[in-house]
Amino acid sequence: MSVVEIIRFAVRGLIANRLRSLLTMLGIIIGIAAVILLTALGNGASQYIQGQIAGLGANSITVLPRQPPDTAGTDGRPLTQGDVRALADPQGAPDVASVSPVVSLQGTTVEAGRARTDATIIGSTPSYFPGANIQLGTGRVYTEADVTAGRKVILLGRTVADDLFGVGSDPVGQDVLVRGVPFDVIGTLAPAGQGQGLSNPDENVLAPLTAVQGSLTGFGDLTQIVVQARSTEAQAAAESEINSILDRRHGIDVPDNRDYQVLSARQLADVLDDTLGAFTLLLAAIAAISLVVGGIGITNIMLVSVTERTREIGIRKALGAPPSAILGQFLVESIILSVVGGVLGVAVGYAGTLVPLGDFRPVVLPSAVVAAVGVSAAIGIFFGAYPARRAARLRPIEALRRE
Amino acid sequence: MTAGTGTAPLEQVPHVLDVRKLSKVYGSGETAVHALRDVDLTVRRGEYVAVIGQSGSGKSTLLNMLGCLDAPTSGRYLLEGLDVADLDERQQAVLRNRQIGFIFQAFNLIPRTSALANVELPLVYAGVGRRVRRERAQAALSLVGLQGREDQRPNQLSGGQQQRVAVARALVTTPALLLADEPTGNLDSASTRDVLGLFDRLHAAGRTIVLITHDDEVAERAERVVVVSDGRLTEARARR
Repeated sequence: MSVVEIIRFAVRGLIANRLRSLLTMLGIIIGIAAVILLTALGNGASQYIQGQIAGLGANSITVLPRQPPDTAGTDGRPLTQGDVRALADPQGAPDVASVSPVVSLQGTTVEAGRARTDATIIGSTPSYFPGANIQLGTGRVYTEADVTAGRKVILLGRTVADDLFGVGSDPVGQDVLVRGVPFDVIGTLAPAGQGQGLSNPDENVLAPLTAVQGSLTGFGDLTQIVVQARSTEAQAAAESEINSILDRRHGIDVPDNRDYQVLSARQLADVLDDTLGAFTLLLAAIAAISLVVGGIGITNIMLVSVTERTREIGIRKALGAPPSAILGQFLVESIILSVVGGVLGVAVGYAGTLVPLGDFRPVVLPSAVVAAVGVSAAIGIFFGAYPARRAARLRPIEALRRE
Repeated sequence: MTAGTGTAPLEQVPHVLDVRKLSKVYGSGETAVHALRDVDLTVRRGEYVAVIGQSGSGKSTLLNMLGCLDAPTSGRYLLEGLDVADLDERQQAVLRNRQIGFIFQAFNLIPRTSALANVELPLVYAGVGRRVRRERAQAALSLVGLQGREDQRPNQLSGGQQQRVAVARALVTTPALLLADEPTGNLDSASTRDVLGLFDRLHAAGRTIVLITHDDEVAERAERVVVVSDGRLTEARARR
């Protein structure tokens, strides 16, 4: 007896009970659709966040001072211009493209005429702009010459410019007072929008390092060092070069004792990706529960079907159907139920992802589709095996006696 | 072995069926029911045997044994010289498929399936190809006078027609033995005449038939009658 005949018998059996077959499939359809939709949501969210993080400056690495954990009370060594020079050495750090020393002061009062606002002033070098992925709005960026001369020139974040000079204004050429010290406005920053990083760049004002140190913070320690890697691929290498240079300069033997920390968009992306991955897995696991329920539904209906068709099984056995033919017929019935249900579930899940959802679009991975169909076939075999074995083991005499 | 003809001495006609000291006990100990006790029965090729008995006499149990649907508790059963006890479940399925054609009281056609597909079914399990299957099933249906009704389903046919489909299905594999269990039990008198006429024709064509009935009129048509009573078998009449 050929496989084609077994499949034909199975299809006939299913068509004879159209509504029941469809309802049984529904369990698998819902389960597979939920898995497809939820993993697509997870993938979409992950890609969306990756895109957002890339906007933070994919190659950017920030070095911050920190208190070493096991040296309570004693401060670690601060970050200095000496560290900056060491990091900028192409021999020791070949994967580093630029190094920008940064001093910053939060809650600094900025005034223009009668208007005043609070801003974070950031003093650095021109390489800070590409290094931290800061885009210019109007005017110009300060130059190396401005830094060398300590000129009091300033670029305003969009919110600061709006607060001081009116919404959408171009204040280039005006003067502002930063804690009473006059600065010339030479440019504004392009609006960055909310939610990029921890502080809002629109509320920053940027001036040459020397000008900020000379008039506001003094020529002491650096707040942070912004390093730009040569490329996204070189980022991990650049991070380890930074670690080895600073470990040597700060006399650190164990990484746990570091008095500085290295942060990068890449690390942030990794952490967020892990979190989202776990979250997606959780969603998929919940959806998988509905698949198990759907599978039990198949077992249930196949058992009903075997009971209902006991007499038919008896007739087939009397006519010479070997146990394998009966097993095959019922197993193929449950596999068809679950695979057709799985394919329909993929279609329903895919249709669900076409519904627009806020900022990001769900992404259906081909691997998820293949896995879903494979899993539904496995469900058919697993949950259909018991009823099919029962059918195959029925003794013809008992099966025929049943009315 | 060639099939026996009317001119050959009876002793030389081979046995299709050879049952020795066959017993069937249901349950055990005090509650044991002896459905069959030491039954001996031989049927030669071409014979038409009727087994009669009251309900509960054990004649259905006998038929189940003869049809390899149930295993005896003790005794030996040779079908076409083959000891059935030696066969596993799959081999018994093959034996039922090739050597036995069943005709049941309740017709036992597969519902929602055309007459042709019902007759084809044993050939499907025998692994016969589609075209040959169709031809042989059509031939069997015209033999029982149902040509033109191939596509009708059991519920579109009368009882007599359904039983004739069942006879066609039993014949289609050209089995050594036709086993009929009260084949006219659910039929009106006209259909009964139809089906019994069909059996007469099959007998005349040299088929071996074992028919179980409680109806003396039906048994009347057979060439030989055996009686089952309380699980024991006695020869009632040998016409020839």
